[in-house]
Amino acid sequence: MHSLWRTLDRGTLRDIALVCLADAMVGAAFGAIAVSGGLPAWVPVVMSLLVFAGGAQFAAVGVVLSGGAPLAAVAAGLVLNARLLPFGFAVGDALGDRWWTRLTGAHLLTDEAVAFVLRDADPRRRHAAFWACGLGLFISWNAAVVLGALAGRDIGDTAALGLDAAFPAVLLALVLPSLTERNVRTAALRRACVSGAAVAVAATPFLPAGLPVLLALTGLVLTVRTPYGSEVSCP
Amino acid sequence: MPLIAVLALAAGTYAFRLAGPVLRHRLRLPGRLRHLLSVAATVLLIALVATSALTEGHGFAGWARPAGVLVAGILTLRRAPFPLIVVLAAATTAVLRLLGVP
Repeated sequence: MHSLWRTLDRGTLRDIALVCLADAMVGAAFGAIAVSGGLPAWVPVVMSLLVFAGGAQFAAVGVVLSGGAPLAAVAAGLVLNARLLPFGFAVGDALGDRWWTRLTGAHLLTDEAVAFVLRDADPRRRHAAFWACGLGLFISWNAAVVLGALAGRDIGDTAALGLDAAFPAVLLALVLPSLTERNVRTAALRRACVSGAAVAVAATPFLPAGLPVLLALTGLVLTVRTPYGSEVSCP
Repeated sequence: MPLIAVLALAAGTYAFRLAGPVLRHRLRLPGRLRHLLSVAATVLLIALVATSALTEGHGFAGWARPAGVLVAGILTLRRAPFPLIVVLAAATTAVLRLLGVP
């Protein structure tokens, strides 16, 4: 753990702390919404600890609070979380080599952690960024959900604070720099991202939440014919 | 929401998360495939940015949110510090809503 703080520069730790803060505010809102909607306080708290995926938690609670069946809530959450499967393959190296770091680290895999890991090609910094972001988010998210659930009513309007823009803004700020290099591989990556995003947005009105994002993988066909060379660096 | 539903969602989610770290270790993926998986992750993250910026449920999210995310994109390209990017994105959306933009 000590080397974790030495491996990451202060800027990266500051960035991770900010993401933890922003997600904590959303977590508090999640706890409050679940309890004010009539669910017992243990539901958002246990769900956050065991599921630890904000989008799926909101989706599952939303289904239940609007009168849907528990099975539908589980299905909605699982479809949203299916993207974690390819994420696990992409950044699985960052969890560490021991079996227990893979078992515990897997639970800490989130969109934000993936974005921080992809920012770096160096194995040690990828490892440190994953664990700092994963542990930081796990602690701050769950603590905030408990506070929100204890408050038990709507503790402030996250939409009025613009916090719904913070999640896409965070991911964009982390990923966009890797898309600006001027070379053939990056140009192919840009095409894949743009076409994939277009497919996802176009499919959103017609498909259950979560599936449109997976459909973005069709954008990958635009990169298959591009030579990738041997220097497998950050995409 | 019964506990069994929470447990089912948790177990399924953990399976999605664990498959990659365990299997990629066992299978010794070729470099070409590793590169493709890395590209796939970037494509998924950008699609997540696009859908969470532009849509809410099955419809349009309104103008305030994508405007904030657009500000984040411009500031990122201008190499602004990360905290400034995130705070100004949220602030843009918040101010637009204060002004009555949906």
